[in-house]
Amino acid sequence: MSEQELLLKIRDLKIEGRSDETWNQIVNGIDLDLHKGEVLGLIGESGAGKSTIGLAAMGFTRDGCRISNGSVEFDGIDLVNADAATKRGLLGKRIAYVAQSAAASFNPAHRLMEQHTEGPVQHNVFSADESEADGIELYRKLRLPDPENIGFRYPHQVSGGQLQRAMTAMAMACRPDLIIFDEPTTALDVTTQIEVLASIRDIVEQFNTAAIYITHDLAVVAQMADKIKVLLKGDEVEEADTRTMLSSPKEDYTKSLWAVRSFERKQKPMAKADETPVVSIKNVTAAYGGGTVKVLHDVSFDIHAGRTVAVVGESGSGKSTTARCITGLLPPLEGTVEFDGVELPADYRQRDKDQLRQAQMIYQMADTALNPRKTIGEIIGRPVEFYMGLTGAAKRKRVEELLDILELEPNQYIDRLPSELSGGQKQRIGIGRALAAEPKFIICDEVTSALDQLVAEGILRTLAKLQDEFNLAYMFITHDLATVKSIADEVVVMKEGRVVEAGPKDVMFKPPHHAYTDLLLSSVPEMDPDWLDQLLEERGVDNIGDAASSKI
Amino acid sequence: MSVLIWIIGIVAGLLVGGWVIRALGQAINLPSKQANIYFRDMPYLASVGLALAIFAIAVVIYFYFIAPTPFFVWAVNGFIFFALCAFIFRLLGRNVGTEGSKKLFRQMPLTAAFGILVIIVYAFTSIFAGFIAPYGQEEVFAKANLLPGGDVATGGDPAHKLGTDQIGRDILSRIIYGAQNTVGIAFVTTCLAFLIGTTMGFLAAIKGGWVDQLASRVVDALMAIPQLIFALLLMTIATAWAGSNGFLVTVYMVLIIAVLDSTRVYRLSRAVGLNIVVMDYIEAAKLRGETLGYLVFKEILPNAFAPLLAEFGLRFCFVFLTIASLSFLGIGIQPPLADWGTMVKDLAAFINFAQFSPLTAALPLMAAGAIALLTVGVNFVVDWMLQKTSGLKE
Repeated sequence: MSEQELLLKIRDLKIEGRSDETWNQIVNGIDLDLHKGEVLGLIGESGAGKSTIGLAAMGFTRDGCRISNGSVEFDGIDLVNADAATKRGLLGKRIAYVAQSAAASFNPAHRLMEQHTEGPVQHNVFSADESEADGIELYRKLRLPDPENIGFRYPHQVSGGQLQRAMTAMAMACRPDLIIFDEPTTALDVTTQIEVLASIRDIVEQFNTAAIYITHDLAVVAQMADKIKVLLKGDEVEEADTRTMLSSPKEDYTKSLWAVRSFERKQKPMAKADETPVVSIKNVTAAYGGGTVKVLHDVSFDIHAGRTVAVVGESGSGKSTTARCITGLLPPLEGTVEFDGVELPADYRQRDKDQLRQAQMIYQMADTALNPRKTIGEIIGRPVEFYMGLTGAAKRKRVEELLDILELEPNQYIDRLPSELSGGQKQRIGIGRALAAEPKFIICDEVTSALDQLVAEGILRTLAKLQDEFNLAYMFITHDLATVKSIADEVVVMKEGRVVEAGPKDVMFKPPHHAYTDLLLSSVPEMDPDWLDQLLEERGVDNIGDAASSKI
Repeated sequence: MSVLIWIIGIVAGLLVGGWVIRALGQAINLPSKQANIYFRDMPYLASVGLALAIFAIAVVIYFYFIAPTPFFVWAVNGFIFFALCAFIFRLLGRNVGTEGSKKLFRQMPLTAAFGILVIIVYAFTSIFAGFIAPYGQEEVFAKANLLPGGDVATGGDPAHKLGTDQIGRDILSRIIYGAQNTVGIAFVTTCLAFLIGTTMGFLAAIKGGWVDQLASRVVDALMAIPQLIFALLLMTIATAWAGSNGFLVTVYMVLIIAVLDSTRVYRLSRAVGLNIVVMDYIEAAKLRGETLGYLVFKEILPNAFAPLLAEFGLRFCFVFLTIASLSFLGIGIQPPLADWGTMVKDLAAFINFAQFSPLTAALPLMAAGAIALLTVGVNFVVDWMLQKTSGLKE
């Protein structure tokens, strides 16, 4: 690698962000070297300054930020002091950017190909026709289905994983020297992610492009990067090539990141056959749009007191719909939901207060699950008042107790608004609201997928502690198999609205699997830099991800 | 033809001027680094805009100092005066008050400070009209048609600074009372429109189905008819019902305008409400078994407050203008109550005196200006609030 010439040189980069009328430093002096054809992985939790540094590598800062010190040199050009015309000539042509959410980054009013050819035509690299032909070639290289025609669709007509690959193709359109990938696979399912990863790595190698790969997923970065830089709160923790970094990290923080998946609670034995389950779903078939689009087909499983049942599957497999049937938001067409052996009314509006109280829900996005105009005390206090009838000082005392259980200092948090909390703290408030109803059963809908790994682990530990304390039953909806490994007692695998496999965790994680379970398990990236290579070798490029999933 | 040549000449001059200004700015090394970067990265069209601004200032200076006309000079003076007032008001706000209010004023643009100042002055005037006005609004004096200025030599009277109207009522007092009547009634009407509009809008958003269909189609039907024409039609009917009872006519007017304007409020609150009802916290509240009233007033309303407040400001302006228009047409606020719309109509003939006595001709403009000033002020504040809540920068 080192024989290749130096492409990007960042020295003592400091970036400040403006909030509350003062400039606060958010990046404190970062040095970075990137050679041609090299891939650098930037990792760290949210707020570490990964994206800010990624953007600064293009000489760009977000609104309200400024580069206060240091230099960014791209191929000898000083990007910090370059004028607008120089930067315009570089961006898109020699430096490209791939954003996290391709769905939000494509203009929905234009076809993919129109957006693809815009850059090359603007920069006089190709004519529109040449660029179009080249686009089709790139789509083929990225193994998009039907490469001749997919470019003439609108963004909403292709899936998320395909869109992310189309965006990578767009970044490649001018054959740039440097591409910045900002969490390109974070929003994707594991099975889709693996396809995108394989194609990104492939194309970056083919064109000898340098790349900065920003992510918080260590296993992903292990597959992609030649070297890794770990960031914490705007400071560099350490930098080394990938293998050294994975095998012998020096700093404590890096070690803690590496060890984050260590949490695994003991699996509880299966409940006795004659025991009445807390929640029992019996032959549920459900549909949206008044029965026209069936999304659940004959789904049945039981959840016992004090146990965690993890429901896994990719998006669209019916996990969340099952939860909606249990809560009564979507009355099933056929089948019933029993609670402690008693059948629940199908519609939540017909359930009485106690039935509603017994089943609570924790949501994926704490931002939309907590009313932004209410204080923490009001949010947790409402179910206390509504179900328990406590008011005034008694209510406040109960809220304080709950905050204590959640390891949040009551006096400090009770009067804050959700916007004044971090992601993990918000999720704890969501747990607190569910707990305040004193339920027997809680549905956790992807509760950790929007969180950093360290924070997610803390949430899982809290949930496990609460389960032991109050003998709660959890239905844990997730697509992250690592989470399943750490917390579940039983696993239910769903695909296209059907239960494909179900059983105790230890059995499920041991072969032989159902073909789909096997695909899910094998698609989870591991912290081994050779993992993707081995997998591709074993299975071949056409047998991974969605391509394989549609064959089952 | 010569006008066309002038226009082409000015445009060409601006195009060249813009280029020259930018070239100059880039050639000269300015003391500030920011300014240097500004000229370096300046797009050509922005430099033409800069040239246009310089040209406009030159034109203003010409008509103010070299060839002055009274109305233009007043306008410029007024503009400078208002800008100064706003500046002093903001300066005051930045140094007096709590830490929170000081911070608010520090981030406030001058236009918003001006708008707030205007609203405060209007609110003060309308509340204390009885104390500020020298005479009552219905008081008739012996001398009608006194000219403004208070100078006996030019047909005025020091007791009536702005003169009297056709039947001898003091115009200054009527302008002050006009604030009370016009602004007060507009405020009540807007509140009523919001009560109807938001309640129905949120209900439609939560319930959906036939409730939404029914309410939305009724609103569509109401909105399909041009608002002012429809209001005129309904007011004609209402006037026939009310007979000679002036108070009843006003009540009908308030109701009619409130219902017609609530359609716009309905549309907004339904749209905002639809975005809020899909949030997980609404689902959580529904699953808790909360009642409809709790959902509307405790969960949705606080989150819709910012856009609704902005709409309130705009809606207030429209209601205010509708009332003034109706009064101008003679079927709005009934005499003897003073009202700006009616005053514009009554005093309109004075505009013919512009050449001989500019001050007299300004009288109908004062009532109209009072309407315009409040509209502009409220809009400034609304713009600022929208910008703040939407999180846009610049």
